[in-house]
Amino acid sequence: MKIAVCVKQVPDTWAEKRLKPEDSTLDRESAEGVLNELDEYAVEEALRLIEAQGGEVVVVSMGPERAGETIRKALSMGADAGIHIVDDALHGSDAIATSAALAKALEGRGFDLILFGSESTDARMSVVPAMVAERLGLPQLTFAQKVEVDGSTVRIERQAEYGYDSIEASAPVVVSVVEKINEPRYPSFKGIMAAKKKPVDTLTVADLGLEPVTVGLAAAWSAVDEFAARPPKAAGTVIADDGAGGVKIADYLSQQKFI
Amino acid sequence: MSSAPRSPLELFAIDHLLTEEERAIRDVVRDFVERRIKPEVADWFEAGTIPARRLALEFGELGVLGMHLEGYGCAGTNAVSYGLAAMELEAGDSGIRSLVSVQGSLAMYAIHAFGSEEHKREWLPRMAKGEAVGCFGLTEADFGSNPSGMRTSAKRDGDDWLLSGSKMWITNGTIADVAIVWAQTDDGIRGFVVPTDTPGFSAREIHKKLSLRASLTAELIFDGVRLPADAVLPGVQGLKGPLACLNEARFGIAFGTLGAARDCLETAISYALDREQFDKPIAAYQMTQQKFADMTLELGKGMLLALHLGRLKDEHLLRPEQVSLGKLNNAREALAIARECRGILGGNGITLEYPVIRHMNNLESVYTYEGTNEMHTLVIGQALTGIPAFR
Repeated sequence: MKIAVCVKQVPDTWAEKRLKPEDSTLDRESAEGVLNELDEYAVEEALRLIEAQGGEVVVVSMGPERAGETIRKALSMGADAGIHIVDDALHGSDAIATSAALAKALEGRGFDLILFGSESTDARMSVVPAMVAERLGLPQLTFAQKVEVDGSTVRIERQAEYGYDSIEASAPVVVSVVEKINEPRYPSFKGIMAAKKKPVDTLTVADLGLEPVTVGLAAAWSAVDEFAARPPKAAGTVIADDGAGGVKIADYLSQQKFI
Repeated sequence: MSSAPRSPLELFAIDHLLTEEERAIRDVVRDFVERRIKPEVADWFEAGTIPARRLALEFGELGVLGMHLEGYGCAGTNAVSYGLAAMELEAGDSGIRSLVSVQGSLAMYAIHAFGSEEHKREWLPRMAKGEAVGCFGLTEADFGSNPSGMRTSAKRDGDDWLLSGSKMWITNGTIADVAIVWAQTDDGIRGFVVPTDTPGFSAREIHKKLSLRASLTAELIFDGVRLPADAVLPGVQGLKGPLACLNEARFGIAFGTLGAARDCLETAISYALDREQFDKPIAAYQMTQQKFADMTLELGKGMLLALHLGRLKDEHLLRPEQVSLGKLNNAREALAIARECRGILGGNGITLEYPVIRHMNNLESVYTYEGTNEMHTLVIGQALTGIPAFR
């Protein structure tokens, strides 16, 4: 079984993130880059599948030079090889351009399973897995809390508010996973040391056969007109209880449309 | 205008001195300590015990046990990575770092450096996984700084050895599967690989400690323990055997103590930014800032020293008296930092709600174990003058 896991480098969840005034994109210098947490679950699931059934895991990431660290992290967890899509022309790409680049990098490589985390902790769009599936003409099994591979049949439990849906499709398929699916492992020290010897291919926009004008900030279908820092927390309202405190709180909640 | 605070070691740009691999190893251990150790360690300290068996398995999975040794299931990292791991573990608790130090740097190192091929194959892979736990018996109740006076002896009885005596202050002693025991023989001090289920071996836990409470400490008693001829470590005779092991552990301590100090200092800075007196944070007072600046200088200098020693060790150039420089300075300064931070936290500084007094009490042990402050001072004095003043 050959599995691709698409991963993204995102700013550390707990760091204070900033946008750059000149083009309203993320200031990557402002926060440490880490492997998107939900993608760790996808990497873990891929590793478990090949540990049980044999095969190969290839990590695919699009991002600037330093996204290479994120690929290295996934390799240190146990993935076998990496593909790094890196090109200045990709700076500021939206989900549509990202999915185009990923699809080009993935197609024709014989992957049975293409795994994603269900969203990134920075952009939080959750659309890239579906877009990639559409571009590749593959079935999409999204929001999986469980994945089973039985021959060429891939079955998942899709997480839902009421429980889950059981759905299946024939490989090759695109699967996105939710955090309920597993507990990602720590990279072992041997894994960390082995990671630097594992092959990572770098691909440019030209390598992918994409026109530079179709990707990047200028080609994005939406634009950030302006942004503002979150306003500081205002002081709360203090209600002294003179016997009618409960009523006043209820009135306040009602005004705010909480009740 | 105020600016965003930077952590003490960021101020020194320490990461700039580390390779990507070293940072990755450090980050994995830090993450492990944040998730698995810090939430529970205050309770272990309060209870005076730790789930050592479970922890050993988790540390084995992480790969930290004997991580700087080559082969036999060990990861084979460089010395700097091992030091950084010790630092992160001790940012959790000195007792936790002790568990790992004793397993990797004392017990496993002794077998790796001086054991027979059979010793290595029998014990190292299981110890690396944490399935077997080791302890190290050198110190005796009456022989601490002067181990050459030890009374524990191993006498030939036919081909066998008969081991008699006792050892004191032995970390992991009550849960160990194997003890590396140093004893007087007709050929001087020799090391023995002693499975703890050998008849005549017993371990008694030492209670009523006010330091390293998240660590198991024992007295080992050998009542005519009969060992086969091949129990002896063939690779070394004399005190240089155990001293080589101690050098490994002391190297880890030079880094480890800085982890405890860093955790104290970061806690104190965070506390001082939140804690208001006379309508402003105590971090805004010049006296507090001077304390922070002085402590940061000592922490950063200690870190630079530790990294320098690590780079020397990786080039196989590190000498024992240089290890003394690191152990003496960093344990001393870490303890001073912990005490100062304790003061900054005021009354809150005496509870286990904050890590500071736990680190402070732990460092009281670290200050004297693995060579007292005085012994390391005299080792340095001897290096400078050629005169061994402790004799």
